[in-house]
Amino acid sequence: MTKTVFLPSKIIPELFVPQLFLFFFCVCVSQALPLEHTKNYIKVSLIISPTEDMSTIYCYSTMPPSRQYSHSTMPLLPVSPYSGPSDFCTENNISECMLYISQELSSLGLPSIFYDLNGIRELDVTSALNGMYDLLQLQRRTMGMVEELEVEQLKVSSDLHCQQLSSSKLKDQLELSKKENIRLRERERQLEINVKSLQSCLKNEKEEVQKLQNIIASRATQYNHDMKRKEREFNKLKERLNQLLADRKDKKQGMDVLNYVGRSDGRRSQWKTVKTDARHESEMYKTLLNEFDKHQKELMLENAELRKVLQQMKREMVGILSPKKHSQKEEKCTEFTDQVSFFDENIHIRKSVFNEESSEMSCEHAREKLTNSIRQQWRKLKHHVENLDNKASMVQLGREVGEEMISKDVHQDEMERLKVEIQQCKDFIQTQQQLLQQQLNTPCDEETAAVLNDCYMLEEKERLKEEWKTFEEQRKNFEMERRSFTEAAIRLGHERKMFEEDRATWLKHQFLNMTFTEHMAIKTQNALSDCK
Amino acid sequence: MNFSEVFKQSNQLCKISPDGKYLATCVQYRLVVRDVNTLQILQLFTCLDQVAHMEWSSDSLFILCAMYKRGLVQVWSLEQPEWHCKIDEGSIGLVSSRWSPDGRHILNTTEFHLRVTVWSLCNKSVSYIKYPKACQKGMDFSADGRYMALVERRDCKDFISIFVCDDWHLLRHFETETQDLSGVEWSPNGCVLAAWDSCLEYKMLLYSLDGRLLSTYSAYEWSLGIKSVAWSPSSQFLAIGSYDEKVRILNHITWKKLIEFEHPATITSSKAVVYKEVEKKPVIGTEDLSVHQIAMGSSLFNTKSNYEITSLPVQVPVVKPDTDRANPKIGISAIAFSADNRYLATKNDNMPQSLWVWDMQRLGLQAVLEQTAPVRCFVWDPCRPRLALCTGNNKIYMWSPAGCISVKVQVEGSFQVQSIMWHGSGDSLVLLGKDQLCLCYLATDEEK
Repeated sequence: MTKTVFLPSKIIPELFVPQLFLFFFCVCVSQALPLEHTKNYIKVSLIISPTEDMSTIYCYSTMPPSRQYSHSTMPLLPVSPYSGPSDFCTENNISECMLYISQELSSLGLPSIFYDLNGIRELDVTSALNGMYDLLQLQRRTMGMVEELEVEQLKVSSDLHCQQLSSSKLKDQLELSKKENIRLRERERQLEINVKSLQSCLKNEKEEVQKLQNIIASRATQYNHDMKRKEREFNKLKERLNQLLADRKDKKQGMDVLNYVGRSDGRRSQWKTVKTDARHESEMYKTLLNEFDKHQKELMLENAELRKVLQQMKREMVGILSPKKHSQKEEKCTEFTDQVSFFDENIHIRKSVFNEESSEMSCEHAREKLTNSIRQQWRKLKHHVENLDNKASMVQLGREVGEEMISKDVHQDEMERLKVEIQQCKDFIQTQQQLLQQQLNTPCDEETAAVLNDCYMLEEKERLKEEWKTFEEQRKNFEMERRSFTEAAIRLGHERKMFEEDRATWLKHQFLNMTFTEHMAIKTQNALSDCK
Repeated sequence: MNFSEVFKQSNQLCKISPDGKYLATCVQYRLVVRDVNTLQILQLFTCLDQVAHMEWSSDSLFILCAMYKRGLVQVWSLEQPEWHCKIDEGSIGLVSSRWSPDGRHILNTTEFHLRVTVWSLCNKSVSYIKYPKACQKGMDFSADGRYMALVERRDCKDFISIFVCDDWHLLRHFETETQDLSGVEWSPNGCVLAAWDSCLEYKMLLYSLDGRLLSTYSAYEWSLGIKSVAWSPSSQFLAIGSYDEKVRILNHITWKKLIEFEHPATITSSKAVVYKEVEKKPVIGTEDLSVHQIAMGSSLFNTKSNYEITSLPVQVPVVKPDTDRANPKIGISAIAFSADNRYLATKNDNMPQSLWVWDMQRLGLQAVLEQTAPVRCFVWDPCRPRLALCTGNNKIYMWSPAGCISVKVQVEGSFQVQSIMWHGSGDSLVLLGKDQLCLCYLATDEEK
């Protein structure tokens, strides 16, 4: 609620200003304070009485000067700067209000609005204004922050909402998949049980079959045995019957014919002799041989027919293949045909020499050759037809069958070849890597390491040996020198001894030869020389 | 197709002479010989008892009539009607009687298969062969009539004896590695003898003419084995039908299985043509049911039928056999090659209404004929790839690569076709009913 304030021209600044400023201050303070320090709703209301002198403005607030901190929520949205005239400050409690406000401001870190003048609190207008300005800035900043926070909070809440939704969805999915899993497991279990039962059934059935077969076999042997027994009995009966009938000499039996008839072929019947037996045998064999001959002739004819057909086929195949392919193949084909035909001719000549039927290649070699050549031609033809099929299919796809186009088969062959090459290269690289790895890893084979070590050692050994040699030589030299020195020293010792002895004797002689004075002179001389 | 009139016959005894000129039928104890084309009675012979078996000799000069109950065999001559011959086996009994290929010897098998007596019509000689075996097909003559293979059993072991039919000289006698040899059959070229074990064991042995064992073939163990065997006319293939509903073809070079023909309940092979016989019963309105109509042998019984080609896949009707009984009705019971070696017809016993025709060149299924009643008899034309079959009703059915037809037997009265026989030239058919027979003359041009 905004109320226009008509400020009279004449105002008592002391009275007016503090009130108005107090009012403003209250409002700003109330708005600028952070939410934790919410206070009660501060009403600042201005009562303007038009009738009375405008000099007095009553401003009162319902806000008691004592601080009341409560956590009642303040409206978040930027409401109107003030909500009604504040009841915070009245004429009576101006000083308390001022004190309160200054305390609040100091708590906020703003300089006091008052200045002490020897203990009397006086309102400093500039500082108050500054304070107000600061509060306004603060208020603006905080409003901005609040806005930002609100926006962020909205975002966060919406995010949270989304996350909650997605999590609930995922939970549902998880539930579903768990259920599905359980269901499938259950089914699997049932199927397994089924399979097991069926397998056991099968096993049982097989066993039963085996058992039945055994039963059948045993029964068969039993029946056979019984049958044989019965048959023997029957035979015995037959023999008996035969005997009885023969014994009875049945007169009735016999043939009664008016006259004998001639044989159907008109000839006379012959006696049974060995010759006739032999004749029968020979006739039988003749029949068989004739049959074999006939058979063989038929087979030969069939063979010849088939061979002709094969040759025809081969010629035709060659004919089909040769114009399309390059001359190489043609040569090969002609070569084959030439070979075969040459062979043919050979056989032909030979056969004709022996008066046999012509164009009958009966030797296996020629037969094999023919079949092999047929097979080869057939393979070529098949390949050719496949190529044609591929080309036809590609033409159907709408592409031009140009020189650049390679048939599917050729393409595939290329691919295969390239794949093989790639594999080979990869293998090669791998082996190289392995070798390199081996090289890098010093503890390779113990043998090689040992060998290498040995090499190094050997070198050192050689060096050491040489050094030893030199040392040895030097030592020898030193020895010799030492020996010579010792000898020299010994000689020197001897010589010194000799010299000393000589000296002693000389001195003795001298002493003996010298006078007293000389003796004394020498003595003092000696003493002096000794002292020196 | 023209149908002749109906004649009487008994016991399904009706045979065309090997030279194709005569038709011999037995009516009770009488033997009637007719001309094939005119059906005029040429000769009439009277036997001593009801004839059980009748057979032409190979040169069409003699007819053999066997009366098993009496143990008698009578031989009649066409050239000399007054000629007679009677063979009496006496108390030893008679179980089977047949001609030898030269047409001058008669082989009688005594009761209990005690022995085989070879009676000669040329001289007084009588030969006895001991220990013949009582089995499905214990005796077989080679196609050229020179050799006879006989299955013998001594001391619980099977033997095969090869005789030279000329003078009944024993050429070879060898033991076979079988449990219970069930039958022998010569290949059409006369050089290979196929011998097979009983159905308890699947075993097929192939012997050369000189008695060497060429090969053994066994498809499986334990289950019931071979049910039927057939050689192809060129001796190239040997078809073995077994109880596992399959036909296995062996080739004559390696004697190993060339291919297996299965008879599945659902046909999905794309090249096969399935002919289904569809019967159309004529609808009779109630006002037409007058006494007159019924007396005339109303069209109620004259159901028309024709073939419809059904599209694949086709379900073949299967009859499950009773597994508790012996000789179950399952497996390939009949196999027949066509004369040109090209086709093979098979019948699977648990699909009794169907007949399967296989192409031997392609080695695949060619056609399946599904009839309304179980197939009773099927025979190939001796000259052309044409198959005639009957199902016990009044129609005959024919299949050829061109198609399938069903023809009603146009004779007076009802005629239920029980079996069929081709004339050697392939121009006519002999249709046998229960106690009737009639001839069917086929048109020379191919019918569709």
